[in-house]
Amino acid sequence: MAGESYETHDYDVVVVGAGGAGLRAGIEAHDKGCKTAIICKSLLGKAHTVMAEGGIAAAMGNVWPEDNWKVHFRDTMRGGKLLNNWRMAQIHAQQAPDRVLELEEWGALFDRTDEGLILQRDFGGHRYARLAHVGDRTGLEMIRTLQQRAVALGIDVFMECNIQHLLMNDGRVTGAIGYWRESGELIVFNCKAVVLATGGSGKCWQVTSNSWEYSGDGMGMAMEVGADLIDMEKVQFHPTGMVWPPSVRGILVTEGVRGDGGTLLNSEGERFMFNYISDFFKAETADNETEADAWYQDKKNNRRTPDLLPRDEVARAINAEVKAGRGTEHGGVYLDIANRRDAEYIMRRLPSMYHQFKELADVDITKEAMEVGPTCHYIMGGVRVDADTSATTVEGLYAAGEVAGGLHGANRLGGNSLSDLLVFGRIAGGSAADYALGAAAAAAPDAAEVDRLTTLMLEPFTDRGEENPYAIHMDLQRTMHNLVGIIRTESEMLKAMEEIAVYKERAARVKVEGGRRFNPGWHLALDLRCLLGVAEAATLSALECKESRGGHTRDDYPDPDSKYGSVNVVTRKQNGTISVSLEPLPEMPEELRKIVEEQV
Amino acid sequence: MAEAAVAGNGAEAKMRVWRGDASGGEFRDYTVPLQEGMVVLDVIHAIQAMHAGDLAVRWNCKAGKCGSCSAEVNGKPRLMCMTRMNTFEPGETITVAPIKTFPLIRDLVTDVSYNYEKAKTIPPFKPKPKEADGTRRMYQEDIDRVQEFHKCIECYLCQDVCHVIRDHDDNKPSFAGPRFFVRVASLEMHPLDTDDRLEFLRNEAGLGFCNITKCCTEVCPEHIKITDNSIIPMKERVVTRFYDPIARLLGALGGKKS
Ligand SMILES: Cc1cc2nc3c(=O)[nH]c(=O)nc-3n(C[C@H](O)[C@H](O)[C@H](O)COP(=O)(O)OP(=O)(O)OC[C@H]3O[C@@H](n4cnc5c(N)ncnc54)[C@H](O)[C@@H]3O)c2cc1C
Ligand code: SF4
Ligand code: SF4
Ligand code: FES
Repeated sequence: MAGESYETHDYDVVVVGAGGAGLRAGIEAHDKGCKTAIICKSLLGKAHTVMAEGGIAAAMGNVWPEDNWKVHFRDTMRGGKLLNNWRMAQIHAQQAPDRVLELEEWGALFDRTDEGLILQRDFGGHRYARLAHVGDRTGLEMIRTLQQRAVALGIDVFMECNIQHLLMNDGRVTGAIGYWRESGELIVFNCKAVVLATGGSGKCWQVTSNSWEYSGDGMGMAMEVGADLIDMEKVQFHPTGMVWPPSVRGILVTEGVRGDGGTLLNSEGERFMFNYISDFFKAETADNETEADAWYQDKKNNRRTPDLLPRDEVARAINAEVKAGRGTEHGGVYLDIANRRDAEYIMRRLPSMYHQFKELADVDITKEAMEVGPTCHYIMGGVRVDADTSATTVEGLYAAGEVAGGLHGANRLGGNSLSDLLVFGRIAGGSAADYALGAAAAAAPDAAEVDRLTTLMLEPFTDRGEENPYAIHMDLQRTMHNLVGIIRTESEMLKAMEEIAVYKERAARVKVEGGRRFNPGWHLALDLRCLLGVAEAATLSALECKESRGGHTRDDYPDPDSKYGSVNVVTRKQNGTISVSLEPLPEMPEELRKIVEEQV
Repeated sequence: MAEAAVAGNGAEAKMRVWRGDASGGEFRDYTVPLQEGMVVLDVIHAIQAMHAGDLAVRWNCKAGKCGSCSAEVNGKPRLMCMTRMNTFEPGETITVAPIKTFPLIRDLVTDVSYNYEKAKTIPPFKPKPKEADGTRRMYQEDIDRVQEFHKCIECYLCQDVCHVIRDHDDNKPSFAGPRFFVRVASLEMHPLDTDDRLEFLRNEAGLGFCNITKCCTEVCPEHIKITDNSIIPMKERVVTRFYDPIARLLGALGGKKS
């Protein structure tokens, strides 16, 4: 199949991804004077960012004047169990308010305070009401605003164009290759810098809030060109996904439900979260219902309700309740707002949750409790980046958003992703532009390498076997759910590694029906490469990390171990095999350490 | 083979799905096991996994938030992910076809680039200067209406049903469609915006083609009152501007919404 034809496009900066991170990066690169392309594999405006519900975390202090970047920084570091890259956490907390206000300059309309400023809501792990939001459809407002801005600026957008591989020349990333979904035709980009903004890899797991797009493409492609990944074992299982009926299992129920007063109950009607307050959060968490309920109105004199502990804590608590036989009929727990807030308030604050339960589960959340349980939601780990420039460890390659690792440490706080996208999308786009403006033109891609990659992409159409790509994907998801899920243990993960090896063999024997024109079977057959690569990296990291912390819990090592308290688990692919190593985190300056350790 | 094959209670979904591309095609019948709570999109996915790996369909969120999965289910424009199977008669054969107004790419996927081209023509947001203290003060009651418009998930179902373009391809160059009337209204009613898009509405956007049949409002999954809240007020403003005498009368009758 050598000599397969393809079209070619030349740009300074190519941004792969059109979610919040990609759009913000593209806008910045364009504003710096670069010829910029934004590429996405769905239609524009359909990226994961559109689904975000609860809000954007930014210490604007509109509701609580006491709030400032230092408190946000502290919350982020503590929520991440101090495994965060401190410098990223600092930049993020300092710049998030400006990024939110910038959206307002571009036409976004957030919900307002009585004084006419942007209203902020409570979310888990944030000391003050901090999330700028629009009801429970914040992501929609954000992606539309950015999308319309990018369109108004005239930035070139390649929609339904799936990037499969990065192209290298002289140890530097100089382009990318992929296919148009509509026609199945191949396409090559030549450029001086690439920004990866491809989002996460939650589709490796069975019960997930993530869409088909989350096949870990950016992480997989980065790994293939030798870039480091960090902390791939740190996976966020959001405590509240829908559990019933089966067809909606995993769909997200926003933390905003608890932020707005909802509470978790077991089958005995007990507010069980009071039994799961770890020592780390004891000082700042209410230990009785009266104080917890009073906290919503008066944060000065009361401590936060344990319903809003960081997500890893709540997910493990729900898991334990269900295991102990105090779960609901369908294996979840109850989330009740009906008995705590009036219907008018619920409809105003949580309209899409009302809609979602009403239409998909026949549950009226203003009258009855929801059934919820953990769902795979977010990958804290990802491509290793430099905090100030978002540069990866490979020249010419940048990464921002969920695909990048470091900011969130061992556990991400709700609302800290949307702000991450804006802050680091802008930084990545700006650094990529600076690099591109100073770099020599990219050499034309190596013809032999392009031939190799086109052959690889079209291989599923050759007669190699009878494997069904959908079946392999479902089997992988089951393996990761059962063996590398919320609670992990060595023997199970070793079994997962054996199963992944089998899936890789099966993936080489995939059969694809039909032709190249908009063929999801072919697309999935190709997605399997990154899905399997990322699943392998996550499992290897999880095996290596012999402790429990944040989004990584080991049954065989149930406690945190200081050995792992100040390192990243680094995965790196060399000569076709993935190696894992522990490498020290950057040292936090004394004045920031004081902020983090300060007791409140 | 695939997991979706494990049935809940032996019930089956009988589906008739359009297969083909611009050069031609046909409805094909598929039967897959039905599980509790399934939506049409789940059934389409089960068909992909079990019978037709190459069945083309768009989806992302599976929760009515992204507007990707629009199709005509039993002839009605719907989001497949929000259409429960239990809303049909047991045993009924359910027909799923691509939306009709846009050119077919393959199976259930159509070429919606018309909408992206229209979006590019809209004069963008142009804010007034900030307040003296550097803030932007807006009150909730002043933005409620525009927030309603911002709920649009760009599913293009309203575009699909609008007879101006559904039955007349030749109107497409001169008509933006209800989705973009909503968009222009959201800019025109934005408390901070200073631009004027009435000339644009009257000319390029072809607002005059709309004869207020309200079909768009009926199908909007976000329940945006497209006609009453965006199209009619925009028509009134155009009338006030360009055909003044009648306008006064209309203004007196209808009044401004915001
Ligand atoms: C239901 C839900 C609710 C959430 N709510 C919140 C919340 O309230 N607050 C919060 O902070 N976070 C929230 N999150 C998390 C947050 O939405 C995501 O982490 C974030 O949107 C990711 O943004 P991104 O820009 O990194 O990636 P995305 O928005 O996912 O964009 C990825 C882009 O990359 C493209 N892409 C991927 N692979 C390829 C490829 N191979 N070729 C070409 N293009 C490719 C995709 O098409 C897409 O355009 C939520 C997540 C979910 C699922
Ligand atoms: S009301 Fe106007 S825009 Fe809406 S469907 Fe009818 S003609 Fe089209
Ligand atoms: S206005 Fe309603 S029907 Fe039209 S595109 Fe938006 S959400 Fe869909
Ligand atoms: S898949 Fe998003 S609206 Fe149906």
